[in-house]
Amino acid sequence: MSDVKSENRTRFGVPANSMVFARGVRKTYGQLEVLKGVDLDVPEGSVACIIGPSGSGKSTFLRCINHLEKLSGGILLVDSQFVGYDLQGDKLYEVKDDLLCQRRAEIGMLFQSFNLFSHMTVMENLIEAPTQVRRIPLDQAKAEAEVLLRRVGLSDKVDRYPRELSGGQQQRVAIARAMAMKPKVLLFDEPTSALDPELVGEVLQVMRDLAESGMTMVVVTHEIGFAREIGDQLVFMDGGVIVERGVPREMIANPTSLRTREFLSRVL
Amino acid sequence: MGVAHPTDIGVEPGVSAAVSRLTVVPQRRYGIWVGTAFALLLAFLIIRAFASNPAFAWGTAVGYLFHPSIMRGLGNTLMLTVIIMVLAIVVGTVIAIMRVSPSPVLRGFSGVYVWFFRGVPALIQLIFWFNLSLLVREISLTLPFLGTLFSVRTNDFITPFFSAVVALSLCEAGYMAEIIRAGIKSVPSGQSEAASALGMPYRMILKRITLPQAMRFVLPPTGNEAINLLKMTSLVTFIAVDDLFYTAQSIYARTFETIPLLIVVAFWYLAVVSIMSVGQHFLERHFGRSDIRREPLTMRALRNAVSLRGVAR
Repeated sequence: MSDVKSENRTRFGVPANSMVFARGVRKTYGQLEVLKGVDLDVPEGSVACIIGPSGSGKSTFLRCINHLEKLSGGILLVDSQFVGYDLQGDKLYEVKDDLLCQRRAEIGMLFQSFNLFSHMTVMENLIEAPTQVRRIPLDQAKAEAEVLLRRVGLSDKVDRYPRELSGGQQQRVAIARAMAMKPKVLLFDEPTSALDPELVGEVLQVMRDLAESGMTMVVVTHEIGFAREIGDQLVFMDGGVIVERGVPREMIANPTSLRTREFLSRVL
Repeated sequence: MGVAHPTDIGVEPGVSAAVSRLTVVPQRRYGIWVGTAFALLLAFLIIRAFASNPAFAWGTAVGYLFHPSIMRGLGNTLMLTVIIMVLAIVVGTVIAIMRVSPSPVLRGFSGVYVWFFRGVPALIQLIFWFNLSLLVREISLTLPFLGTLFSVRTNDFITPFFSAVVALSLCEAGYMAEIIRAGIKSVPSGQSEAASALGMPYRMILKRITLPQAMRFVLPPTGNEAINLLKMTSLVTFIAVDDLFYTAQSIYARTFETIPLLIVVAFWYLAVVSIMSVGQHFLERHFGRSDIRREPLTMRALRNAVSLRGVAR
């Protein structure tokens, strides 16, 4: 395994501490080019926040990272490895489904609409993937789930169904569910956009705790305040390309690009 | 502060008396009265016709109600319904999964299946299977080097009962496939997306995430299909399977008591359908209740507020 990693590192110039490494990522749907060459480096243990108007390709890029969308061009490595491919010589072989699933299991993802399994209780949601995909014994999975639920402050909701929870609680359960797979990196796709304003804070607090514990995170968000406070880098995307990137505080205070300035003035 | 606050408004005693004197006069709906009278008259005429016409021979009908042949026919009808329904659900699920598969070949195959088996009348399919021996005289399995492993004459195993089961379950599977496909489609795509992101493979997602959630949508129309199927099995009379209708027919062919025996048949179909309807009602209520299980009042209020807001937008 580490052979593959070090080979990729020398071949593509991947930094040693890289968790997400994207070069020239393109994605097209027929005639429509959604991503036109995106480069991004997310070092291990850092938080990258992606902002931009809707339709700018930021969600599509996020979905490329765990191969929910196949790339049309460029390369994307997570922990110095391809997610959906095996590299042999100059050929990228698409991997078999079970290998893809194994690799995907190491990349957690959170959605705008939470997507908790609605026919399962909170506990069942948390232990589903660990017991079914990783084949962890039930007792162990349950014990780990309880720890995670305590961490997101929902120990009392173990036996509740998702529909009995508020949006903020559902998203916190979803975060715990993703964490139950012990992922290397967490991808957030507008995690607070579907929440009532008074529920946004509790989700951001959990994300803040995760960031402080050293979790690598890529966050597509409209919460500029969160990006400024927690983000190690801020990326502004528009029209399928990265228009500007920088240290959040500096970039928000003093954007160099006109488009960034316009966008920030609209959302701040 | 020129405007009085609402709590400052007092109701004067005179006004309050005037308000309490008011009464509401309901709107007169003459059409409903005319319609009701007409319906009652019609019901009276029909009942009188049924009761007074000796050709109905109610006594004879009652006499045949628990006749051993009728009971055997009823048993066969019920057995056919259960066997066919189970097979139809199994085959229908497979076809439905093919229908939502990423492979265009599988999608095409299942599309043609549904198109054909829903399109050709059940009676024609039934008679076709019954006459399979005209098309294929012998069914054999011959492998290279090993020679013929087995061979049976088609007529030996295509019994009327067998062809009834095959024909009607293939036909019913076409309908069930559509119901199950609709159920699968009704599960939000975010569910399987989240499962994929957790590393679950396609089969596991279907089995553990999509199909269990589809059940809720699939159950009510499946109940309807079962009721329809019960009645549809009367078609097997045409290929001489001794179901309820066939046994009644064979009795009145001898005794010419046609109407009383048709009444007996109708009675039993109605009785079974009624029992099934009650069962379906409870099944649906059970699944409906699980939807709001242990939902606190505040949550319900919240949900209503959200849906109201959704309407307002």
